[in-house]
Formats: sequence, C-alpha cells, structure tokens
Amino acid sequence: MREVRISLVGFGIVGHGVLEVVRRKRELLKKTGLDLKVVSVTDINGTLYDQNGIDPQMLHGARTLEGIANMDIIGKEAIQEVDSDLVVEVTPTNIVHGQPGLGHIEEALSQGKHVVTSNKGPLVVAFNHLKELAQENGVMLKYEATVGGTMPLISLIEKNLVGNDIRSIRGIFNGTCNYILTRMMEEKYTYSYALTEAQELGIAEADPTYDVDGIDTAGKVVILANSIFGMDAKYDDVQVTGIKDVTSEALNLAWERGYLIKLIGDVPALKVKPMLVPRRSPLAVGGTLNVASIETDLSGTITVTGLGAGSIETASAIVSDIVSIYTSRQIDA
Amino acid sequence: MRLSMDLELQDIPGQLMQSLEPFKEYKGNIISVVHHRDRKTPRGTVPVQIVFEIDPSNIDNVKKHLEKNGIVVVRAGEDRFIEEVSVLLIGHVVHTDLGDTINRIDSTGFAEVEDLSLRMPGIDEPSSAYMRIRATGKEEIGTSLSILRKVGAEKDLLVIEPIEAEKI
Ligand SMILES: NC(=O)c1ccc[n+]([C@@H]2O[C@H](COP(=O)([O-])OP(=O)(O)OC[C@H]3O[C@@H](n4cnc5c(N)ncnc54)[C@H](OP(=O)(O)O)[C@@H]3O)[C@@H](O)[C@H]2O)c1
Repeated sequence: MREVRISLVGFGIVGHGVLEVVRRKRELLKKTGLDLKVVSVTDINGTLYDQNGIDPQMLHGARTLEGIANMDIIGKEAIQEVDSDLVVEVTPTNIVHGQPGLGHIEEALSQGKHVVTSNKGPLVVAFNHLKELAQENGVMLKYEATVGGTMPLISLIEKNLVGNDIRSIRGIFNGTCNYILTRMMEEKYTYSYALTEAQELGIAEADPTYDVDGIDTAGKVVILANSIFGMDAKYDDVQVTGIKDVTSEALNLAWERGYLIKLIGDVPALKVKPMLVPRRSPLAVGGTLNVASIETDLSGTITVTGLGAGSIETASAIVSDIVSIYTSRQIDA
Repeated sequence: MRLSMDLELQDIPGQLMQSLEPFKEYKGNIISVVHHRDRKTPRGTVPVQIVFEIDPSNIDNVKKHLEKNGIVVVRAGEDRFIEEVSVLLIGHVVHTDLGDTINRIDSTGFAEVEDLSLRMPGIDEPSSAYMRIRATGKEEIGTSLSILRKVGAEKDLLVIEPIEAEKI
C-alpha cells in the first residue's frame, strides 16, 4: 500500500468537497494500492495539521479554519513546512496575475511535490512555465478540474485518444451561462430575471461578470490551447463575447428555426461567443451541463458531457487526477 | 451552366433511372440527386431534386423527354445558390437600416438573403432578426458571414453564427 500524504490549500467549496470525497472513498481507493491521507488543510486563517490524516467529521461542519487551525502558517510557508507528497491547490481564481495560486503551485513543484488543481488562474497566466517547472523537478501537475469540472476531457484526450491528431475542441464550458440561456429559452425569462434566479439558486455569483462576460470560458480555452494544442496562448489572445446581449426573443426565434443559442468556446480558434447550435446536435445540452466535442483525425468527433461545477463533482475530478499520478507512474516503472 | 430541376416521380421501381436517362442523352453532367421518399406528395408522387450541368440549349429537350416518360417537371432553372447558412442578429436591427444590411449581402451577386423573420419586443429594446443566406458556394458563404460580422461591428449588432458554419 502506498501512502499519499496530501496538503490541501484552500478550504472553500471545492476544498470541503475534496476532504469529503477522500473520506468517502478512502477504503475503495485502497484497491488501487493507494492510501490517500489529507495531512494538512490551509486557508487564510492558518493550517490544520494531523499526520494521521484529517477526518472532516472532526471539523464539526466548520466552514473555515478560524479557531481550528493548529499551526500559524499559510500559503507558501505551509507548503514548505508540511511534509507531504502532493498539494491540492483550490484557492480562488485570478486570471490576471494568477495569485495566490501561482505562488503556491511554484512552491510545491519546486519542493518536488505533485500538484493537482482546480484553479484556472495560474494555468492561464503561466501554463508552460509551470509545466517546465514540474518536469525539472520530476513531478506532475494535473488540472482536469480547471476545464469542465467533472467532465473528463484532458485525461480523455491524453489517455484514450492518444495517437489521434486533435483538430478542434468546441463546447460549453460554463454552467452558469448555460443555465441562464436555458431558462431564457424555456421560460421566456429576460436575461436579468434568469440571472437573478441563477443567483438565488447559488448557480451564479453575486458578481456574475466572470461567467456572463465569457472570461471563465476564455480561461478554459487558454488552458486547452496550451495543454492540448501545445500553444503559448495568453488570455488576451482570445476573442471574447459574453451572453449579456442575448435576448429571450432571439432564443425563441432561433428555436423556431431549429437552433439553440449557446456560449461556445472554440480551440484552437481561440474564440468565445454565443453561437447557433442545432437542436439535435450533441452540443445541445441544457441546464448547468457542460459539453465538449473533440474533433479528431482517427476517431471522428467525440462528445462528452457532464457537470462543470459543484463541490463533490469538482472534487471527484481532483481525486481522479491524484490517483492517475500514481497509477501512471507504476506503468512507467 | 449549372441548373436544377424539381421532379415528381411515380413511386414505382425504375422511375428514378428513367428520369436520369434524358440527362445522359443530352450530355448533362449530374451533380446531385436528392430523392425525398419521406416527403410524398398528396398525389402519391415522390419529389426529386436534380442538380446538373448542361449546355442551356439542351434544357428544353431534356424537359420534353422527361414529360414523355410520364415524369412531372415541377420547376427547372438556374441553380446558383447551392449553399445556405442561418444567422441571427440582435440589437437595433431595424433602426440601423435593415435594408442596407440585407443589401450588403445581396449586392455581392454571389449571395442573397432569402428568408427573414423579425422580433421587435418594443421601442428602444433590442430586436432580433433571423436570416437565411444562400450563396453560390462554401467560400461565398464564408465571405457573406464576414460581411455580416463587419456590418455587425459597424452597427453594434450581435451576430450569432451557426456552429456548423465552419464545416460547410
Ligand atoms: N466551485 C466550483 O464548483 C469550482 C469548479 C471548478 C473549479 N473551481 C475553482 O476551484 C477553486 C476553488 O473554488 P471554490 O469554489 O472552492 O472557491 P472558494 O469557495 O472561494 O474557496 C477558496 C478558498 O481558498 C481560501 N484562500 C484564499 N486565499 C488563500 C490563501 N492565500 N491561502 C490559502 N487559502 C486561501 C479561501 O479562504 P477564505 O474563504 O477564508 O478567504 C477559501 O477557503 C477556484 O479557483 C475556482 O475557480 C471551482
């Protein structure tokens, strides 16, 4: 049995999910020969450390580490100090400078620790730099959860479609926009009404700019461009139009002619814009679903769909990445 | 010259072959045959669309020959527009001179706006227009879309293109 000591950095929606999924699946995952143990959790209040593994039930439902942390260190210092094999980086995304995640990931990789993250910021800002840093230190950087949440996309391409030339990836990468457009179409809601509803349901943030202006989708397009197409794309290279100007009349007009309107991210074209999607297309998924069509030379077009966000869903992609780091290494050896 | 013909065939074996025979006889070059077996007319006949290239002086002979074989020629004529694309515009579509927007496509000579529907929810509110553009080929469809994108930028309209357009 191989013990994997995990440091969790960031203890929000996704961080809680990771702790919970590891708790629920720890026994099952032992079948893969791995014993996953979260030895530390860090947020802005400090670090909670337990070398035997932190059981979320010990936290009694606490949302933050305030009053629970037993070490007075955060950020890079916590990554340095805690003896762990792998860092799960789940702090808030910043697409402009990538911090604090960028510093955390650099620190972890330099310390020879594997990194698994759902945080787009560092990858949008410095993908190639981080990949090189991982390689120099003989460790892996995995980021499935940054694009499409629980929907397997990067691993699908890297593992199952290996040998194929990937011609394009086009899809819906933002569940919030998809939800708003779906409600505007089905219920004839105005944009602002659908947005308010999404906010009340916790699907959209209080400041929805990041989602509805297409910024989040563009970030995912950059990550796919760099990771799958070997490009050196930056956020500013993406042509972005969000969904704010789409009206419910337009959605209904499109419907009558056999189309839906969806916010589509297109790689390697580096475009994000609302597009007409035929109602019968595999890309025509509703609600908060994400979907991606991968156009390949050998396998034709393959479409995957799944939930793009959510605490447990995102954590599931993170745990898959953790397991794949150790299982693919066994094959190497 | 490229032409197209809409025919109605009896739903009996051999009719399709019989309908193609006059084209062969008058040295027509068949480009495509679309057999709408699923769209039978109330008369029980099956609509067929044939696109072909032929010397225009032979077209009447082909028609006569077809009719002699008992095949109904519903329409025959030049078929310049063989590709089409749907586009949606959102914004002040009418107040930014919709006529001009359409004319920018029609005046190319290789494309035209064929079908147009409008939704105007109220004064000062953005309206939307659905249009179908037909053109002489794939490249011309692409050019028409870039014209619309340019017009959209000028007139502050959101131009929503179909996802399959790149593959046309
Ligand atoms: N939620 C989803 O469904 C989802 C899906 C895919 C990807 N993601 C991405 O995953 C990441 C985490 O998302 P989330 O929804 O869990 O965000 P969140 O709820 O805002 O949680 C972020 C956590 O990071 C902590 N944090 C902030 N600065 C820190 C620092 N310098 N050092 C250590 N911890 C710090 C925050 O502490 P405080 O709260 O005390 O400030 C909070 O615990 C984001 O990058 C997000 O874009 C989320």
